[in-house]
Amino acid sequence: MTGTLFHPLAVILLTPAVAAALLAILPGYRLTARLNVLASALAFLAAASLFVVSRPAPGNYLLVDDLNIVFVVLNTFVGLTAAIFSASYIGHEIDSGHLKAAHVHFYHAMYQLMMFGMNLALVSNNIGLMWVAIELATLTTVLMVGLYRTHEALEAAWKYFILGSVGIALALFGTILVYVAAQPVLGDGTPSMIWTGLMAGAASFDPAMLNLAFVFLLLGYGTKVGLVPLHAWLPDAHAEGPTPISAVLSGLLLNVALYAVLRFKMLMAAQPDALAPGPLMVGMGLLSLVFAAFMLYARRDIKRLFAYSSIEHMGIITFAFGMGGPVANFAGLLHMVMHSLTKSAIFFGVGHVAQIRGTQRIDAIRGLTQSHPVLGWGLALAVLAIAGMPPFGVFMSEFLVVTTSFARTPVLAGILILGLLVAFGALLLRLTGLVFGEPEGPAVPIRASLVPLYLHMGLVVIAGLYLPPAIVTWFQTVARLLG
Amino acid sequence: MSGIAFDIAHLLAGGLVLVSFMMIYQDRLYALLNVFALHAVVLAAAVAWQAHIQAAEHLYLTAAIALVFKAIVIPGALHRIIRRLGIHRTVEQVVGSGLTMLAGMGLVALSVVLMLGITANSDAIAREDLAFALSVVLLGLLMMVTRRNAVSQVVGFMSLENGLILAAAGARGMPLVVEISVAFSVLIAFIVIGIFLFRIRERFDTVDVVALDNFRGERR
Repeated sequence: MTGTLFHPLAVILLTPAVAAALLAILPGYRLTARLNVLASALAFLAAASLFVVSRPAPGNYLLVDDLNIVFVVLNTFVGLTAAIFSASYIGHEIDSGHLKAAHVHFYHAMYQLMMFGMNLALVSNNIGLMWVAIELATLTTVLMVGLYRTHEALEAAWKYFILGSVGIALALFGTILVYVAAQPVLGDGTPSMIWTGLMAGAASFDPAMLNLAFVFLLLGYGTKVGLVPLHAWLPDAHAEGPTPISAVLSGLLLNVALYAVLRFKMLMAAQPDALAPGPLMVGMGLLSLVFAAFMLYARRDIKRLFAYSSIEHMGIITFAFGMGGPVANFAGLLHMVMHSLTKSAIFFGVGHVAQIRGTQRIDAIRGLTQSHPVLGWGLALAVLAIAGMPPFGVFMSEFLVVTTSFARTPVLAGILILGLLVAFGALLLRLTGLVFGEPEGPAVPIRASLVPLYLHMGLVVIAGLYLPPAIVTWFQTVARLLG
Repeated sequence: MSGIAFDIAHLLAGGLVLVSFMMIYQDRLYALLNVFALHAVVLAAAVAWQAHIQAAEHLYLTAAIALVFKAIVIPGALHRIIRRLGIHRTVEQVVGSGLTMLAGMGLVALSVVLMLGITANSDAIAREDLAFALSVVLLGLLMMVTRRNAVSQVVGFMSLENGLILAAAGARGMPLVVEISVAFSVLIAFIVIGIFLFRIRERFDTVDVVALDNFRGERR
């Protein structure tokens, strides 16, 4: 560690921490909303500067490498756009009386605390610290999911709390087992919990102990990724929480949990005698994809629909990383970035749509392109993108996943394509109902902030048409790192 | 490793598994909380013994936290809540206690077979501790699935967390994680006590999770 307070790494962690403390005591919604955006912007700028500044040497607690820079930059970017969206969304909810000002008193402090937890999890070099950070992010989101204090919101928050806690408990057991496996080789105490040390010494760990540890870690963090059959909390939490939180859950928190799984997968790969983690991840990924794709058809709630779509896409990403190899890892990484951008854009759109029509029921929302052309077309573009239509970036990454799996295991590719097509059909079916036809239902005037939505979609289109060579090289390096 | 030190560690960890079994068949909330307090006391003793034989002073702190918070403060607070909510009636169970006990025995057998097979070349105390800890974790999970009452689900979760603390204490020289997990379980308990139970009470006039399930989100 260089140890200065002004290193971007310190800014990434200190900004949300200080902002959370500040926002907890400051009164007034407008002021705290602006400060929330400001703090998020600062964290994003610091994260982006990680690309250029020299990296600190890995310490006992923190680490910056090619892999986590991608995650941190994505995390802080979507954190920023979601904060902008949140300002107008929550503002409308207070004006319209859905939320009392007292209820949102700690909302922004919680938001920053959650960002702190996620950033810390991504840059931690210590498996214990990473566990703590993910637990922190989980607890803050539980409180935010219950924000509306309705029957449904409380049920969703309770379910999320119980399932999330069980997941996080299993992950801790796995973490302890990794320590037990490492301790005879690396010695007592902190050295046996540090990533860089673990990776270097993994070849001489007890393979059987690592196998058991990985099963617990995959089940534990997999619960947070939303992999079937551990996904039960996800649709409820997305549908009943405030929409900015749905966007952050889908776009970020699932990625952070996946990042943890990937780190441990790398550890497994470093011990040749241990079980290959790939097939487990491929199996859970495909199961999630196919299950979620069929579940899409029966959804009646618009946010629940896109929550299932998140399960589907996390399945694709887990499948890609499970296959491994440079091309599949590259595709998985690209798909993760594209999914985060597109899915949070969808939730930005859906949040305003639900405010305009005053409902989340799909059959009560019609003709958005006629009544609200800018919002309606934006949402339509985002849904087309997530369904996998060219020229969007999601198409490109899905295409890569499919072709590389065809080259290696055609049977699995068949299942993959089935899942993709089923999901494609469901999303298009729902989309036509939502955006076309005669407008129906009320049209409450809102001050929508559409910049985040179009910004994300712009990036997704650009990535689909032309991926800058610098990014390609970077992703290729990371893909090789992932093994 | 002297024989008696091993025997006492074995006895305390085994005692924790036994108390986990006792929790499974408690069908009154007050009794459940009392057994949970006992669970925490046994855990504190087991962790303190580990601190003694490993000569690891920081584990005494963990034992003290477990004793003060999990054995006294949290059961006391939950007692008050139960009285205030007026729900000191029987705990409804989905599966009969006999069947749950059988399932619990199966889980303990599974974890012993699993852990002893894997840890053949680790030191004896860590082996036994991990096997017992996994049993406590699985029994806690079992309790969470078979109970329908929000309070007993939380108690099940906290007993699960006790198993994790036992595992972490048994792993020689593991830094910080023990304190952190204790701190988190205390935090979780306060979140639950402070927010959820009161809000659920406010909204539903019951803390029965079945009643929550009736408000399923998929509105038709």
